[in-house]
Amino acid sequence: MKALEVERLSKHYGGLAAARDISFSVEGGEILALIGPNGSGKSTVMKSILGVERPSAGSVRVNGVEVAGWPPHRIARLGVGMVFQHSRPLHRQTVLENIALALTPDSLLRLLPDPATYRKAGAIAERVGLSGVLDRKPATLPFADLRRIELAKAIARDPAVVLVDEPFAGLTSRETAAFAELIAEMRRDGRAVLIVDHNVRSISSLADRVFAMYVGERIAEGSPEAVMNDETVRRVYLGGALTTASRPESAFKDAATPFLEVEDVDVFYDRAQALEKVSLHVHHGEFVAVVGLNGAGKTTLFNAISGLIPYRGAIRREGRSLTGVSAASIAAGGVVQAPEGRDLFTEMTVAENLDMGALRLSAGDRTERLAWLFDLFPRLQERLRQTAGTLSGGEQQMLTIARALMTKPDLLILDEPTLGLAPIVMEQISKALERLRQTTEITVLLGEQNVTFALPHADRVYVLEHARIVWEGPPSRFAAEAGERYI
Amino acid sequence: MCGRAAYWGGAEMGRAFAPAIIALAVAFCLAFLPLWVSGYVLGLLTIAYYFGVFSMAWDLLFGFANEVNFGPTFLIGLGAYTAGILDSQYQPPIAICIAAGALAAVVGGVLLALPALRLRGPYFGLTTLVAVLILQNFVVVFADLTGGEIGLTVPDVISINANVNYWIALGFMSFSGLVLYGLSRSPVGLILQASGQDPVQAGALGFNIVKHKLASFVVSAFFSGLAGALMVFYLGVASVGTFIDISVGVQVIVGAVLGGRRTILGGAIGAIFLIGAGELLRPLGDLATFIVSAIALVVVLAFPGGLIGLASRSRGAA
Repeated sequence: MKALEVERLSKHYGGLAAARDISFSVEGGEILALIGPNGSGKSTVMKSILGVERPSAGSVRVNGVEVAGWPPHRIARLGVGMVFQHSRPLHRQTVLENIALALTPDSLLRLLPDPATYRKAGAIAERVGLSGVLDRKPATLPFADLRRIELAKAIARDPAVVLVDEPFAGLTSRETAAFAELIAEMRRDGRAVLIVDHNVRSISSLADRVFAMYVGERIAEGSPEAVMNDETVRRVYLGGALTTASRPESAFKDAATPFLEVEDVDVFYDRAQALEKVSLHVHHGEFVAVVGLNGAGKTTLFNAISGLIPYRGAIRREGRSLTGVSAASIAAGGVVQAPEGRDLFTEMTVAENLDMGALRLSAGDRTERLAWLFDLFPRLQERLRQTAGTLSGGEQQMLTIARALMTKPDLLILDEPTLGLAPIVMEQISKALERLRQTTEITVLLGEQNVTFALPHADRVYVLEHARIVWEGPPSRFAAEAGERYI
Repeated sequence: MCGRAAYWGGAEMGRAFAPAIIALAVAFCLAFLPLWVSGYVLGLLTIAYYFGVFSMAWDLLFGFANEVNFGPTFLIGLGAYTAGILDSQYQPPIAICIAAGALAAVVGGVLLALPALRLRGPYFGLTTLVAVLILQNFVVVFADLTGGEIGLTVPDVISINANVNYWIALGFMSFSGLVLYGLSRSPVGLILQASGQDPVQAGALGFNIVKHKLASFVVSAFFSGLAGALMVFYLGVASVGTFIDISVGVQVIVGAVLGGRRTILGGAIGAIFLIGAGELLRPLGDLATFIVSAIALVVVLAFPGGLIGLASRSRGAA
């Protein structure tokens, strides 16, 4: 009997299948990594195991007990623990009290703290390396220690199955090694460990087996090496034979002072460093792609360029510093961001949303611009009177790009335009970008974790990883030199 | 490890319960007030103490279960009117009327919370707001039973002695504060806080969130209803304007937030402050309400930790 068995699990949201016929199992003392790009359905599978989502079909068994459809607390009590990616500890309680909470029985009558609970919590804290900070409040701890608290809480009840969501996100390489050791220890303790992550590389030395998903379906399964070399996986993560239309940097006239220069930029969120000495440049008329996984720092970089967050270092537009310039002035000056998650006015119609982008245009300009946009995105013209909230994900993305283009930007920043979109919709957006590139002089800075989508358009590519730029070059060299990082 | 357990038992326990011990000492001193102050001031404080219980009971829901209950007066009103109507109709012993009031608030609270807790986001709060309006309409429509807009005069009072009434209110507030504070600091209180802060994670730790939130609603309803019923037998009259009106609920909420969210005891301080300040400024006429509201607004905006947060911060700085 396996500790965790998932059989023909499916989950539909309305007509959309987020996961289809997913089957795998994990034994005690084994680490299985469930990987897939954004929107692949791996989170849906994880939530279905936890009971946060009710599976539409299929079965989830924990030590042979069918738990599909059970509420989360009953599944947890049966022996399923979860290490959450984002920690939200109780801030008025100490580290020890936070861990003790996880050991407290679910009873309304437990009114006095049990000394045995605190002894046990202290022992667990020692195992995960928190014994020096037991009496501190979480707010005073570094990020890695907050993750340790999550780990301690997850193993507190001695679960047979542990789910770990993106174990290494936001950690430095030294902390990553320490965490890998802690997860390996769970395996030694005989627990079944299911790691959910974006790519194989980060967990390849840790996982015994890998199960890869893409748009809700299984695409590969096997040892980390086998999955990394799998044809389908390589195609999903890196694209097939690449046709790039990249132009060499010498083709751009502003070689001395590029349109946008980012130099040694650092950004901190509380204790976590989100960008570290990031430098890049974009020439006038160039299409530059910044690729990186979730949490690598793409959105942070764009928000720094747009003046939305404070940073150290220099950001210059045509040689003039943008530091201290307000976000509104930067946008009004023509550096316009189409944000991740779209940020549309969902209660307004498509036409009204586009008008929001046209506030600074004359009536003549506006009509001309609209005609051009409808040519680029014919779908938007059909949907003109519909409210943005009722559009499909792909149509919303088109509207976001169109609204940004409405302002006649000098530099268009596109943050993850493919987020959560089906492949066929990505294809439509890709075509629109291609036409944009061929028919206009537009300068684009694209942030993507979907390499397949980003490379064909890009003149140059930067790879952002753990807050740092780790590779720069033309798309033609990407697969050979940086591709490994991506699977 | 044994040392740690002993440590928790001693110093840690002392730290956790220091505020409660200080509060009890203050309450003990307040018990001697009748020796000095006038009956009028005593009457005012008696009311303030009942409001203190309303605010503390409300903070259990807002501060710990993370549910904004816009209808504290639904629970208070149920307790007050049930006790009042029972007394005016059948005249059983007062203790039975009061117990029935508390029970009615609990039952009403469960009936309201069971469906409302399934809703997410602001809808829970809106449901509780609607409940207040329904209760208010009920009182007005069934005027024969409830006294309608004129108010319901109850034939009995607990005591006509101002000192006795004052001591009852003070004792009741101290008792309620002790129970609610102890509960908030107990393992159950921690589970409740975790459920309010991150329901998904609390569920993954094996906690039945609905059970804990419902239990907190029951406790909050019990103390609100009990306080409402006791207050009826102090005032001798129940009216919509004193027990149910939305503005009464707003005062309860402002008192709790002003005193300090997630502190329980802050509710009592905030409520007493509101009533006390309103009275001190009464010579200013209508301006008094404006000034008190402005002070409350400033405290809430500038010091989200409320009066207690302010006090502990200045102590920490010293």
